[in-house]
Formats: sequence, structure tokens, C-alpha cells
Amino acid sequence: MNPTNTAVYPKRHYLNVNYGIKSWLLTTDHKRIALLYLLSITFFFFVGGFFATLIRLELLTPKGDLVSSETYNKLFSMHGIIMIFFFLIPSIPAVLGNFLIPLMVGAKDVAFPRLNLTSWYLFNFSNTNVAATVIGIFIAGFSSILTGLNFIVTIHSMRAPGMTWFRLPLFAWGIYATSLIQVLGTPVLAITLLLVAAERLLHIGVFDPTYGGDPVLFQHLFWFYSHPAVYIMVLPSMGVVSELVATFTRHEIYGYKFVAFSSVAIAVLGFLVWGHHMFVSGQSTYASMVFSFLSYAVAIPSAVKVFNWTATLHKGSVSYQTPMLYAFGFVGLFTIGGMTGLFLAALGIDIHVTDTYFVVAHFHYIMVGGAVMGYLGGIHYWWPKISGRLYPEGWARLSALIVFVGFNLTFFPQFLLGYMGMPRRYHAYPDEFQVLNVMSTAGASILAIGYVLPMVYLIWSMRYGPIAEWNPWPATGLEWQTSSPPPPENFEVTPVVTRKPYEFPSIDEVRYGGQLRTQEPAV
Amino acid sequence: MKRSAFPFMPEEASSVSGHVDALFIFLVVLTIIIAVGIFGMEIYYFIKYRRRAVDEVPTTIRTSLRLEVAWTLIPFVITMIIFVWGARLYFEIYHSPTEAMDIYVTAKQWMWRFQHPGGQREINELHVPLDRKVKLIMASEDVIHSFFVPAFRIKYDVVPGQGRYTLGWFQAVKPGRYHLFCAEYCGTNHSLMGGWIVVLNRTDFQAWLSGGGSEGSLSSKGEKLFQQLACNTCHRSDAQGRGPVLQGLYGSSVVLDNGETVLADESYIHESILNPQAKVVAGFQRPSIMPTFRGLIDEEQLLQLVAYIKSIGSGQGAVEVTTSGTAP
Repeated sequence: MNPTNTAVYPKRHYLNVNYGIKSWLLTTDHKRIALLYLLSITFFFFVGGFFATLIRLELLTPKGDLVSSETYNKLFSMHGIIMIFFFLIPSIPAVLGNFLIPLMVGAKDVAFPRLNLTSWYLFNFSNTNVAATVIGIFIAGFSSILTGLNFIVTIHSMRAPGMTWFRLPLFAWGIYATSLIQVLGTPVLAITLLLVAAERLLHIGVFDPTYGGDPVLFQHLFWFYSHPAVYIMVLPSMGVVSELVATFTRHEIYGYKFVAFSSVAIAVLGFLVWGHHMFVSGQSTYASMVFSFLSYAVAIPSAVKVFNWTATLHKGSVSYQTPMLYAFGFVGLFTIGGMTGLFLAALGIDIHVTDTYFVVAHFHYIMVGGAVMGYLGGIHYWWPKISGRLYPEGWARLSALIVFVGFNLTFFPQFLLGYMGMPRRYHAYPDEFQVLNVMSTAGASILAIGYVLPMVYLIWSMRYGPIAEWNPWPATGLEWQTSSPPPPENFEVTPVVTRKPYEFPSIDEVRYGGQLRTQEPAV
Repeated sequence: MKRSAFPFMPEEASSVSGHVDALFIFLVVLTIIIAVGIFGMEIYYFIKYRRRAVDEVPTTIRTSLRLEVAWTLIPFVITMIIFVWGARLYFEIYHSPTEAMDIYVTAKQWMWRFQHPGGQREINELHVPLDRKVKLIMASEDVIHSFFVPAFRIKYDVVPGQGRYTLGWFQAVKPGRYHLFCAEYCGTNHSLMGGWIVVLNRTDFQAWLSGGGSEGSLSSKGEKLFQQLACNTCHRSDAQGRGPVLQGLYGSSVVLDNGETVLADESYIHESILNPQAKVVAGFQRPSIMPTFRGLIDEEQLLQLVAYIKSIGSGQGAVEVTTSGTAP
């Protein structure tokens, strides 16, 4: 990006401060733990993607001919479990959150570094139990709770001098709201899983009608966690998008406080809408009405964010670098995902489209179109800080475009399939649904290329990419006021915050301010 | 599958299909307007305010509170319109009619079984008359299934467990063959648990009814069962039995020993047969002396008993049910 790149790699940084397997496996440095998570979840992303590939191949033809029904059912279960619990939920919080929250608030590390490492071990231990799904998710839940707890305490108690709540970057607000859900919601999941285990082992009737249990109760408890979990996946992504929009317009985020509080509003209201998954389950019609109403209420803060991002572009200085393309993609896909959520929240429409491909398309627009686009945008944006190297811009723009096109080709036809009546979780389907399924599978193959490309060129750039400056974009956050990659203790001098978030006085002040202050620490 | 006037819409074959589609089309148009509006604005800004110099720094824009309030309130009003429209539609779809033809449905892994009041039985295919309201009384023998007919825009989860019948209804308005799907994942052959709803005009339906070799009406089968199981020794019609009189029961209000009053509908009868202790009629001893029939009879036989008890009901007409839902 800078034609006369004079950046030099720092002599001492978190990657080279010591070497060897042990220095990684026993690290308490939040930045190294972030990279450990990056390895784990990237692995699981491709495993989940492999299952998705098999699913899409099976659905090329109406007959269930590639794999058996039994296998197909396992494929979509494993695809969902791995992508949600082992990729999406930890993706932004555990990788970008871990790397950035201490940097953003101006701290040396998270509040509980050893707990942080413990979370990673729990996460990996749970991976080994994927076969025994219940145990795996139970343990992954603890990892999620501990990570959330760590962020809440870090944001509350470790902010640098001058870093008031309303000077926090919106990414930190997003992670804070997410952590609230993780800490308050995940225990309900754990309780539910314990009840399932008690029923299976001790035959205590809870959910299974053969023991006198109630299967609808399971749905209530499952969704009481699983609906807020959607916000665990998408709120951090919204936080990333706020950072990207600010940096690539050089504007303060329009309506900063509204964007910040909308995250908290989503986290709170998100707990009160679980019943909208159960409009046809026979729950009371009046309960359904309340859940429908609250579902519309939770849509408002999301809309407010989209409007504020758009308004931030107004009279900004907009650049089209790769992270901004992902942010643009996020807004587009999330808008479609959100609007189709209004369809599903409408009681009379939901009767027809629930449990069809309409729902599958809707939540992929939110969780892949939204959460994954934000994650990829964030990875590109902070890659210079994480690795100290720049990624190849041309390849990155190309792959962002491929992801966007491939995604829409994969999932848009599923909206049509859903309204036509194709139920989800179908291994075989009537012939008239084939054309759209073929389109979806074709799109998935394009999407796959878009996901593999970044992995290839990011790894390539770790060795061959141009060396990154401290603040290559430049951007305003504290994480850019230290070297790329940062030293183990993050900052040579504890930063002092004197400005509003995203305030952009001049290029040189933003780009070199941190460096100057470090050299003359008397600021 | 035949298509409706709009592409990607299943045929509008029930009395509510058109109403569902109307709201759907409204939402599609709204989505297009908003999506085009937002994308359009963004692309316009992307071009108009593209960075022209590397060191360009734009002026700061102050947040307008008025604008924030406007784009909070206006979407809220729009969503409330959708909410009210959707809720009215929901009540229309889930408000069971009072006068309807009963069809008894048993779902199990992985088939749908239907019994007509006249005793005709069908598997994975249901023949119904045109323009007549059909009430579905549904039970599951194992796990949750869901009765989904896209052309009718209806879906009802059929939940297993005591005291539950799922009640639903539809009125077909176009003759034809329409897909029936199970929409709730129910195990290995979930995707094969489908079938057809065949809508016939009135004369064809009568011909179909008389063609099927019926083994007696559903309620007469229920009556036989009632005697075989010796229900009639306690539930006597002359009020001298040890159990409550069942003549005139269906559709009436029953006062329980805890003072509550419940409506004697299909689910109440179902629950009382499987779990007699759950609701004991006032004036009878608790624990009830009636044994449970759980495991002795299956859901199909239960439906026959219910049909019989309904046939000796009060004659007040069918019970009005406002939910697809469950007995308390």
C-alpha cells in the first residue's frame, strides 16, 4: 500500500521472544493463545466444510444415492455441530478477541492469562470428544464461558489511563456484549446436556415421552441457549465491521453510542425470543404472539447498526481495500439475512416456511454471510498486526469477490426451495427441487475456492509478504500504536488515551503518533 | 408440482394459501425496497466519496439525534405492521372450525396413517373432499413428526406423550395431488416419510369412499374395543357404574376433584385413558380405581375409542379449539 515501504521488522516481538513447542503450549500470552485458537478453528472449519461438501454432493440428485440415510443424517449433524461449536462461536472472540482486546484497551494481557490458556485446552479436549457429542459440547461450553468471563473482567478492570467506556472501540463493545451472552447463556446449555445424560443413563423422564418426559421441553431449553448463540456468532462480527468502516472511511462511526448500545440491546433482547423457533410446536398461541413481537424488537438494533454504518460512508474517504470489501459484503448479506428473519418472525408465514430450506438459507446468510464475512474481513485487517507482514492485495480482493458470488449462488436458491416447500434435513427429495439444488451445489464449489485461497496466500505472506509498518492503513485503535507484530508485553510504554475513538486528526498523527510517543514517553 | 401464478410458489390449494402468499409478497417487495435502498446508498457513497488522495482526511460529521430516532422508530412501525398481519394470519390458520369432517392421523417412524370416520384406512395418502373443512386429530407413536402440506401452507408438529393430540385443519379449494412431508427431523428415513393429499370433488370423493372396503365405521370399531376392554363395566350409561358416565361427555365441561373445570375434548379423553390419575372427576375417589391402558392399546386404537366416545357425545357439536396445541 505504501510504494516506498521502509518498514522494518521489529527485533523483539511476541513471535520470536522464545521458541519451541513448550513455549507455545505453556504460553500465557493472549496473542499466542489467539494463534493457537486460529490453528484449532481453521482445522475445524475445513473439517466442517468437508462435511458440507459431501452434503451438497448428495443433494445434486433427488435420490439419496451417494451415501446412506444414516450417513447423511450424521453428516449434517456433524457439519452443524462443528461449524457452530468448534468454528463460529470461538472464531472472532477466541482468535481476534484474544489477540486484540488487551491491545485495544491498552493492557499487557487479559485479566486471567492462565485461565485463558485453560480455555484453549478445554476447547481442544472437547474436540477429542466430538464422537460423544454431548460431552464434547459440554466441555466446549466451559471454554466459552471462561473466555467470556476473561473479556468481561479485562474490559472492566484493565483499561489504560484515559480509556473511558465511550472511548472503547466498537469491537470491544461487541465482544463485551457477546461475553455477557456466553457467561449467562452457556450454563443453560450445560444444564440441558446434563439432563439429557441423566435421562439416557438413569432413565429419569425429562424429555423422552417413553419415560414420561416432554420433547417440547427439550426444544425450549435448547433454543434458550441456541438462539442467543446466534448473537454470540454475529455480534463480534458487527464489532469488526464497525472497525473496518471507521478505518476505511477515516470517519468516526456515525452514532457511536447507538451502535455500542445496540450490541447490548441485542444481547439482552436475544434472550427473550427463543420461542420463535417453536411456532408450530403446539406452544400457546399467545406465547407465540409475545415471541413474535419480541423478535421484531430485536431486529431494530441490528437495523440501527446498518443505518449508522451506511451514514458513516457519507462524506467519508472511502477506500476499497480487501477488509472493506468484506465489510461491504457483510452489510449486503446481513441485510438479506435480517430481512428474511422478519419473514420468519411473522407468525402466519413461519407456519409455512419453518423447518424448510428457507430457514437454512436465512441462518446461513446470518452466520456465514454475516459472521464469516466479518471474521475474514477482520483476519485480513489485523493480519499485518498479527504477522507483521502484508497480504497480497490483488489475490485478497479476488477471493473476497469469489466468496461473495459463491455464497449467494449457494444459498439464495435455498430461499426459493424453502418457499416451494422443500423440508430441511432431507436426504432425498422430489424431482422438481433438483434445478435449484444443482445451482446451490455449483455455488458451494465456488465458495470453497474462495475459502481455500486466503489460507494459501496468508500462509505465503508470513514468509514472503512485504513487511508491515506499525500502522499500515492507518487506523486509530491502540492496537496500531505498537509494533507489528507487538512485543510480548504489548506496549513499551503504557499508552494514555486522550482522544475519542476513531478521531482522525491527520494522516501523520494517526500513522506515527504511537511511534513518536513511544520514543518520547513524556506525553 | 403445478405452480401458482408466481414462480417458486407452490400451488395455492387451500383456503389460507392465498392469504399467506399475500403477506409473503408484501415482505418480498419490502425486502427489495430496503435492500436496493441500502446497497444503492452504499454503492453511491463508495463512488462519490472514494478516496482521491492517499493523505485525504474527511471532515467529521456530527451524529444527528433526530436521524437516529427516525431510523429507530420508522423500522419499528413497519415491523409492527408485519407483526399484526402475521399474527392475524396465524389465528386464522390455527383457529379450528366448529363444523368439520374429522380425520384421525397417526404418525410413526416413518409413515402417516389415516382413518376416516367411516372406517376407511389409508397409509401415506389421504383422500379429502373439495371445499370441505377437514379437522385433523393427530397423534405420534414415537417421536415428534410434523404434518406439512406446502400447497396448503400448513404445518403442525405432532408431539408424542400423554395428553396430547395435535389438532389442525384445512380446507382444500383445488382438486389435485399435493405433497405431504414430514417437516420435523424424525430419524433415519425422515426424508421418506411423505405422501400425498388427494383432493377430489364431492362426487369423486363419495365414489372413493364407497369403493374402499370399509370394515365398519371408526366409532363402531371403538365401540367394539370399548366392550373388549370391559370399559363398559364401570362406565355405564345409567350412572350406576363405578366410573363417570361417558354419554354426553364429549364437548362438555368437566369439574375435577381439585375444583378445576376442563373441557372434555379429544386430548382430555386421550389423557384420561393413558393416565387416569392425571385428572379425576369430582365425586370420584383419588387415586382413581381405573387402570392405565398405556401399552395395552396403540394410538390407532386410542383414536377409535375417542371416535366412539365422541359419537355418544352431547351433540353440542364439535369442540372449538383455538390452538393447534395441546391439552393442559
